Amino acid sequence: MASAEYPLEGIRITDFGQVWAGPILSGLLANMGAEVIKIETRKRLDSVRLGPDNVERDPEKDPWFQCINRNKLSITVDFSDERGVALLKKLVKISHVVSENFSPGVLKRHGLDYDSLVKIKPDLIMVALPGAGSFGPMADLVTYGPSIVGLCGYDRMVGYEGERVLGMQQPYADVVAALYGAYSVLAAINHQQETGEGQYIELCQWEAATAVMGEALMESVMNGRNPGTLGNVQPGMAPHNNYPCQGQDKWVSIAIKTDDEWGAFCRAIGSPEWAKEERFADGFLRWQNRKEMDRLVGEWTRGRTHYEVTELLQKAGVAAAPCLSMDERLEDPHFQDRQAFVPIEHPVIGTGWVTSIPWKMSDTPGGVRTPAPLIGQHNQYVFGELLKMSQDEINYLVQEKVIY
Amino acid sequence: MTLIPGDKPGAASVASDTRQSKGPLTGVKVVEYGDFISAPFCTRLMADLGAEVVKVEPPDCGDSSRRYGPFPQDSPHREKSGLYLYLNANKLGVTLDIGTATGANMFRQLLAQADVLVENHAPGHLDKFGLGYQSLKEHFPRLIVTSITPFGQTGPYRDYKAYAINCSAAAGWSLIVGEPGREPLTPPLSMGHYISALSASTATMVAVIARRLTGRGQQIDVSEVECLNSLLSGVAANAFVYYGRMRMRHGNRSPAAYPYAVLPCKDGYMWMIAIQGHEWKRFLDVLGGGKPPDWYESDPRFKDRLKAGREYADELDARLAPWLMSHTKQEIFQLCRDNHIPFAPVNDIDEVVNNEHLNARGFFVELEHPEAGRLKYPGEPQKFSRTPWSLRSAAPTLGQHNEEVFCGRLGVPKQELALLRAGGVI
Repeated sequence: MASAEYPLEGIRITDFGQVWAGPILSGLLANMGAEVIKIETRKRLDSVRLGPDNVERDPEKDPWFQCINRNKLSITVDFSDERGVALLKKLVKISHVVSENFSPGVLKRHGLDYDSLVKIKPDLIMVALPGAGSFGPMADLVTYGPSIVGLCGYDRMVGYEGERVLGMQQPYADVVAALYGAYSVLAAINHQQETGEGQYIELCQWEAATAVMGEALMESVMNGRNPGTLGNVQPGMAPHNNYPCQGQDKWVSIAIKTDDEWGAFCRAIGSPEWAKEERFADGFLRWQNRKEMDRLVGEWTRGRTHYEVTELLQKAGVAAAPCLSMDERLEDPHFQDRQAFVPIEHPVIGTGWVTSIPWKMSDTPGGVRTPAPLIGQHNQYVFGELLKMSQDEINYLVQEKVIY
Repeated sequence: MTLIPGDKPGAASVASDTRQSKGPLTGVKVVEYGDFISAPFCTRLMADLGAEVVKVEPPDCGDSSRRYGPFPQDSPHREKSGLYLYLNANKLGVTLDIGTATGANMFRQLLAQADVLVENHAPGHLDKFGLGYQSLKEHFPRLIVTSITPFGQTGPYRDYKAYAINCSAAAGWSLIVGEPGREPLTPPLSMGHYISALSASTATMVAVIARRLTGRGQQIDVSEVECLNSLLSGVAANAFVYYGRMRMRHGNRSPAAYPYAVLPCKDGYMWMIAIQGHEWKRFLDVLGGGKPPDWYESDPRFKDRLKAGREYADELDARLAPWLMSHTKQEIFQLCRDNHIPFAPVNDIDEVVNNEHLNARGFFVELEHPEAGRLKYPGEPQKFSRTPWSLRSAAPTLGQHNEEVFCGRLGVPKQELALLRAGGVI
C-alpha cells in the first residue's frame, strides 16, 4: 500500500533496462516509490557499471551508475539458462510492470517477450524501448544513443552557425525516450486502475527523439527548407548567445527579445555609444547585425564574472544566466536551496552525490531512499522473501551459476 | 501479439472528424494556461492520450507561438504557425483575459470542472489575479496544479527571467556542447522546454494516480534548469566529487574508444560509433577490402581503441577521410547495414520527414486545418496495444471553442458572448 510520500509504493517493476534509456525510465518511477528490481548478470554487466569515468575500474564504483540506478534493487540471473528464465517468470508473476530496452527479439529468444509473459500475468504492463522499433524496414538497425540523435536529424543542427556538424555528444535521445516511456507507463497504470486491463507499449527511441523537433519538421513540411547548423541563433532574438567572461572557460548567456528588454540592457551596461547606432535601432536590425553586436557585447562581458553580469542584468529585467560547471552548480546557492544534488550513503563509495528528482510535488514528493545497488545485493530478499524459495534451492542455483 | 492494429498504429488511430478517444487518459480534464512550448507541449502529450484539454489564450494576440512560425510559404498568419499547429492539436481553444474580474471568475469556473491545471507563467503571476496555488487549493482541493518555470517556485533565482538558452546555460548543459575554447552551444529548438514538458506530464500522471489514494490534488513545481541538471548534465556529479572529472566540450567527438565522432562524407555527415570491438573490426575489413588496411595493421598505436580515441583521433580521422569523402551517406549506410556496422547517417530534416522507415511505421500523420490546410505532422512515439493515442482535431483557431465551452460548460447565455467580447473578457 502506498504512503502519501511515495505514491507508487506497491508497484513492482521487473527491469531489464541496460545502459541509459531503460534505467532512466525505471529510475523516474523508483523515485516515486515503485519497487524496481534490476535484472543483472555477472556474465554481462550493465556497461554503465564500467563507464569512462570509472577510474578504478570497479563495477561497484561507477560514478554515473550511482545516479541513474539509485532507489533500485539488483538481482543476478543468467537467463541464457532456462532455469534463469523460470526464475524471472516467477518474478514477473508478482510484478506489475516489465521494462526493457534490448534490441528487438532478444527477450523473445528467451521466452520472456510480452506474449509469453502475459500468459503468466494477464494484466501485465510491459514497455520496450527499441532504438528503431520492432517493425519497419530498418527494425534490425543496431543503434547507439548518439547515432539516434543523428538519425532523427537533431544533430544536423548542432554546430556553430553555418559551420560543420558537431553533434550533441551525449545520451540525450535516451533521456527523451525514457521520459516518454515513464509517462506512458503511468498512463497505462491509470488505464489499468480504471479498467483492470494491462497492455504492451512499444516506444521507438528514434521516433521519440523526432517528436520533440516540431518546428524544424514543420519548416521542412511547409517550406521544404533544411536548417543547417544553428549555433546559438534563435530567430528574432539578438543578443542571444553565450558571451566570454573573466576566468578560464567562463561564459554568460544573455537573451533579448523585445525593445523593452533591449532598452533595459543598454541602460544596465551604461548606455555605450555603439548601442545607440542606427544598425542596432530595432529588433530586425539587431538580428541582421547580430555578429557585430555579439562582438561588442562580448567586449563588455569579458572583464566581468558570469555571476556579476547575471546579477546586474537580472536586476534590470534582462534574461541572463551563467554557464555553470559541475563544481559551480554543487556550490551555487540556488541549486543548494532547491537541493538539486542529494547526498546518499553507499556501502562502497561512501557519500555519493546524485541529482534530485526532476520535479517537486507538494503532497507526494517521493525521494532518494537508497543508493544504487551492489551487483546482486537483493538476491536474498527477492528469491527468499518475495519468491519464498528455500535456502537450499537458492544455494543450488548460485552454485549452478543461474543466480549469477 | 495484440500490439499495433494494422501494423500502422499512428495512421490507424487518426480520426480527425470525431472527438472519441480510447486513450489511457480518457476522462481526465485539463485546463492549460500556457504559452510558447513547455506548457502547451505538456498538455498536447496528455491530449494525445485522451485527456480533454481546454487551452486558455489571451484575447486578441493569443499564444506567442502563433507569431513564431514557421509559416507556409513564409507568410506570417496567426492561424498558420507550424509550431503552434503542432503543439496545440487535439485541444479546445478559448480566449479569456484573467486580468478582468469576470475573466478570473470564468477561469475559476473552468477549474471547478477540471482535474489538472498546467501553466508556465512567472512564479507569482497567477497570484496577482487571486489564482495562486494557495487560493486554488482552498477552492479546489482535488485540483492538480502543474507549473513549469525556468528556476522553479522557490529559491534565490526564482524570479530570474530566462529563455531556453539561459536555462541550458545555468543547468550546465550548454558547457558540454561545442568546441573547446569557443562559446558553449545551447541545444537547438529550445530543447529544454520540451524536456521540462515531458517531465511535467510524467509528474502530472504521478499526481493523477496519487489522487486515487489520497483524494487530494497538489502543486507540481517543475524547473527547467533542474530537469536538465537532474537528467542530463548533473548525472556525473560523483565523477567530479571523487575524481575531479568534469565533462567539457570536445567538438565533433567524445573522449571514448575510437571511433566516436561525427565525420563528414561526400554529401553530409556520418555518426561513426562502434562500442564493440568487432563492429570496428568489420568496418576496417570493408575499408581494406576483406582485411584491415595496411596503414592500420602496421601501426601499433591504433590497437588500443580507448587510447587511440583520446590521442590519435585526428590522425585516424584523416586516414578515413579519403574513403568517407568519396562515398555518400546512403552508400556508407548501406555498406554498414550489410556488414552489421552500427554507423548511421546524420539525416537532414527532409530525410527524416521522407524517411522510409518512419513512414512505414506510420509515425507521421496528416491532418486538415481550416486555415493552414492539409499538412503532415509528427505523431506520438508510443504504440499502446490496447489504448492507442489518437489525433482527433487540429489546433484550435483563436477562440474557436468559446461558445462550446463558455455556453455549453459554464452556462453563459449565448447573448452574453458579444458583451463579454466587447468588454475585453474573451
